[in-house]
Amino acid sequence: MALLTRAPKAEPILGQNRVVANLLALLTWVVGLLFFFPLFWLTLNGFKSEADANSSPKILFEPTFDRFSEVTESSTGLLSFTEAFGNSFWIVLISTVLVMTLAIPAAYALAIRPMRKWRDVLFFFISTKFLPIVGAIMPLWIIARDLDLLGTRTVLVVLYTAMNLPLAVWMLRSFFAEVPKELIEAAQIDGCSLPGQLRQVIMPIVAPGLAATALLCVIFAWNEFFLAVQLNPTGASTMPVWVNSQQKFQGQFLAGLSAASVLATFPVVIAGWVAQKRMIRGLAMGAIK
Amino acid sequence: MSNAVVDREQESRVAEVKRLERREGWKRRLPILPALLFTIVVTQIPFLFTLFYSLTEWRIDKPDPETGEVPRPFIGGENYGSLWGDKFFRDAAWVSVQMTVMAVLFSLIVGTLLAILLDRKFFGQGFVRTLLITPFLVMPVVAGFMWKTQMFSSTFGVINWVIELFGFGPTEFATKYPLASVVVVLVWQWSPFMMLIVLAGLQGQDQSVLEAARVDGATSFGIFRQITFPQLRPFLELGTLLGAIYLIQVYDHIEVIVGGQPGAKNLPFYIAQRSIGGGNRFGLASSYSIIVVIASIIIANIGLRVLSNLLEDDS
Repeated sequence: MALLTRAPKAEPILGQNRVVANLLALLTWVVGLLFFFPLFWLTLNGFKSEADANSSPKILFEPTFDRFSEVTESSTGLLSFTEAFGNSFWIVLISTVLVMTLAIPAAYALAIRPMRKWRDVLFFFISTKFLPIVGAIMPLWIIARDLDLLGTRTVLVVLYTAMNLPLAVWMLRSFFAEVPKELIEAAQIDGCSLPGQLRQVIMPIVAPGLAATALLCVIFAWNEFFLAVQLNPTGASTMPVWVNSQQKFQGQFLAGLSAASVLATFPVVIAGWVAQKRMIRGLAMGAIK
Repeated sequence: MSNAVVDREQESRVAEVKRLERREGWKRRLPILPALLFTIVVTQIPFLFTLFYSLTEWRIDKPDPETGEVPRPFIGGENYGSLWGDKFFRDAAWVSVQMTVMAVLFSLIVGTLLAILLDRKFFGQGFVRTLLITPFLVMPVVAGFMWKTQMFSSTFGVINWVIELFGFGPTEFATKYPLASVVVVLVWQWSPFMMLIVLAGLQGQDQSVLEAARVDGATSFGIFRQITFPQLRPFLELGTLLGAIYLIQVYDHIEVIVGGQPGAKNLPFYIAQRSIGGGNRFGLASSYSIIVVIASIIIANIGLRVLSNLLEDDS
């Protein structure tokens, strides 16, 4: 009986031999560690003294938090960590909220009660991602300059919203498409209003997908450098610009730069770790399902 | 007479139905309009400006000494005419092509191999997957710095430290092989992305089909070639498409790894340099932008055809 009910096990592509399987597992571990190594090394360097970092690679050293306190200290005239972090935080937060506010109704119109020609509209959204940002950067710069928006957070909020919107619509559509039509029909028959359907039927099913989509938008907006450095060189700079400014033209800066990089990178790396599974399903299924 | 009345009644009923249908159509369209309008205003309209700028000779750093205004004479297609005579433009275009093709291709190959390795049960599978996707999450500016100063560097770089153990002399990779250096970092960041997409494809396979093939005596390689690969194809195509969209626009890595040095400036970098980055030649740089956009549209058309095949059975 137990034999009969055992589900067919997923078999890997490469060999079934025990020894081969163990070797492959070992290989996978080695490759995984190698891929992670640069980041591990960066983190290690962040805890070194400048003298230790600026020498031939050292694994044993006396760890110190000094670099972290140095780079987060603010000095007049320079962009400080607190400022950059605050700017990034608000820009990313507001643009992500805007993206979701615009994308959720759009995804609804593409998936749950599809409008006519929804496929064309979805294509239009994706196709805007094919337009390289250099195709629009000069007018955007001129418009921002004429509206006195150069060096403000507003201009980055607007542009990051536009940058992430197509991706969000694309992913959310696939999550909304997973809601069984029968469930919605049943709710309708039971006399459930539209807000009620949204709250009680649709949202519980798509909520994890919404979270993953929002996180992906956060990652892309947080990491964005080109627009930040071109449109916002002084006033309201973000974390990537701050990291870039830690590169000094004289003296030793490697350990300090590493500490700054760790501070700038890990918030979104951790966010990505949390959302990894759903994020990729949304990306891939956007096309497949 | 009575017939006419019936006809009219029917007509009005048909009109009523049409009116309701139209109202329903608008009701369905309404939720998408804010997103649609926002996207058009922010992404499409500036592009039309670029098109217009590209037909002018416009240097924002050369105002008329008397009026203080910046002249913007209309010169038609002249900017485009001089494009191919511009060696720097040709170089940047060639770098763009090489960089995009190499980065997409290698990421796809490495990503697929990683996915195949990961697609099996072993101790710590989830942990290793997390290690492997991390490069994709790293801020590009940081990725560039990290590789340049701590991996490639001839004095403090880990890679040089390793090859010196084997008796090779130190090499300043980022200066000596700028293009290859940038591509290495891009592949490091994008193979995890490809891996995840291919993994989604591998794990979506119908296990009973694989089981049947195995019972029929198919070899592992045969199964991969005849069953798995055809099923993976749409995922590989999707990875190529999404990867190309992003990789054609690479800027951050070049700025950080190569900076002002020649050797690995792609078109987006060159355009920014010639216009808002201090070159101030808005007219000319706009014509470069238009060329990039046209090239992208060609790629996009191929890509969209692929996508529409993918969406076909989903209506």
